[in-house]
Amino acid sequence: MRTDSLFQPVTSEVRATRTVSLTFNDQAMTVPAGITVAAALLMSGISRFRATPVSESPRAPYCMMGVCFECLVDIDGVPNRQSCLIEVAEGMRIHSQEGARDLVFQPMNVQVVEVQS
Amino acid sequence: MNPESVDVVVIGAGPAGMSGATTLAALGLKVVLLDEQGSPGGQIYRGITLAPLSRRDLLGPDYAQGNELAQALASSSVRYEKGASVWQVTRERQVSYLRDGRMQTLDAKAVLLATGAMERPFPIPGWTLPGVMTAGAAQILLKSAGLAPSEPVVLAGCGPLLYLLGWQYLRAGGPIKALVDTTRPEDYWRARRHVFAALRAWPYLRKGLELMRSLRSAGIAHYSGAEQLAVEGEEAAQALTFRVGGKPQRIASRCVLLHQGVVPNIQFSQSLRARHEWDPAQLCFTPVSDPWGELDVPGVYTAGDGAGIGGAQAAALQGELTALGIAERLKAITQAQRDHRAEPVRLKLAGNLRIRPFLDALYQPKEENRIPADEVMVCRCEEVTAGDLRSFVALGCAGPNQAKSFGRCGMGPCQGRMCGLTVTEVIAKARGVSAAEVGYYRIRPPIKPITLGELAGE
Repeated sequence: MRTDSLFQPVTSEVRATRTVSLTFNDQAMTVPAGITVAAALLMSGISRFRATPVSESPRAPYCMMGVCFECLVDIDGVPNRQSCLIEVAEGMRIHSQEGARDLVFQPMNVQVVEVQS
Repeated sequence: MNPESVDVVVIGAGPAGMSGATTLAALGLKVVLLDEQGSPGGQIYRGITLAPLSRRDLLGPDYAQGNELAQALASSSVRYEKGASVWQVTRERQVSYLRDGRMQTLDAKAVLLATGAMERPFPIPGWTLPGVMTAGAAQILLKSAGLAPSEPVVLAGCGPLLYLLGWQYLRAGGPIKALVDTTRPEDYWRARRHVFAALRAWPYLRKGLELMRSLRSAGIAHYSGAEQLAVEGEEAAQALTFRVGGKPQRIASRCVLLHQGVVPNIQFSQSLRARHEWDPAQLCFTPVSDPWGELDVPGVYTAGDGAGIGGAQAAALQGELTALGIAERLKAITQAQRDHRAEPVRLKLAGNLRIRPFLDALYQPKEENRIPADEVMVCRCEEVTAGDLRSFVALGCAGPNQAKSFGRCGMGPCQGRMCGLTVTEVIAKARGVSAAEVGYYRIRPPIKPITLGELAGE
């Protein structure tokens, strides 16, 4: 765990015995099982979850209850997941969302036909 | 595939939903309780069934009360479906939801919306920066993950939740740098005419006073009547700046927790085109319902904070009352049985709500924190400022729905949840008309994000 995280476990609690391993932007981290992805990232020192599509300004969770959609991340290849509503799972690959989505364009095999008038 | 038919679908497993569903099931009805979270409790009792005893103790007796409701739910015949994200409720009472990536649909004779409250938006300069969260968000981290701030935080705004979180942080050893209170002496003056009613709700009032006293005696810097709140920072929050009596103040912190009350979450009742009214005391829209919680959409009911803010205990009582109303309508009990059982509940509810006018008057959010200056972001998703909105109004934009076409305001992923009230009030002020006249966004399903693949049932 990074030392500059904004949130840490309260001292009165026994540390969770069960943990899961996951990655955020390919950086490995171990977090307690049973908590949400957003909570796991915040306690692991991640303070920036994404950049907005409009101005690419940094954002992080604001409401933690599924209302604000600021905590959107890509989980296992699926974008726009509300990380404050999803529980951590072993092997999760999480990525921040940077700016507007690229349009992935895969051209089909289109035959070129010459049109004669 | 035909949708499964059930008697009642309850949406939301907070106090109103848990109590409503449990009451209905005990009367022999087939009830499905759908909730987005992984365990029952709603936001107020978030994680109540999972929290270790030490955490429950730390959070205080009000939180622990939720356990009774959760236990009753667990031993009832209610089919509780966790992790269910409801994306549509129709006027024909068909409920569609996503669970484990699978589309499901239920046909219900009655639907009870118990979707609770959300925190009122707090639009000030810098409120979109990482490190700025609502006090409720920070409390959810404490309830659901046992997390507290690792360095001194600033609590800013007003309202019971802000002081409760401060008290809980004191007990958790979470450091607090300052409590920046927007409540002014004149607010106490305005609230004074409700004080006798509030005194009759003495236990509640005493609890509040004790919270405040413990914060003071802990030596936490307390600023009253704070104005012109703004968060400083480029990539993340660095400090909260404000003025007290005209004197500028600056408190450095990477974590600023904002709160100025809660408002009903009305996405479903709005999407059903139910009638809503502007509540001038709570400064929000509330769905209009009959004494049993039924909306002007037949068979659709509402209970708890989603019907108007009353707090957790009132929500549980409203859930029970509404359940009795539904049970009578579905012929599970007679009218006489309903009225007989409802009478003591109504009495208790009235007692519970006595404190509200006092709280509403004392902690009414300040106009400058609801109707912000031009440079402040209103729609966080599409990045539309209050100044943008005012320029739309100058061009003839009359209400929130036109604001969408003028500048995509309210059209981002949150579907207007975070900006709706601000947009209404900014436009109303700019046009010089009432918030009621300006109205609210037209909310449409899907209420929650759903992929085309999921919709197609892939």
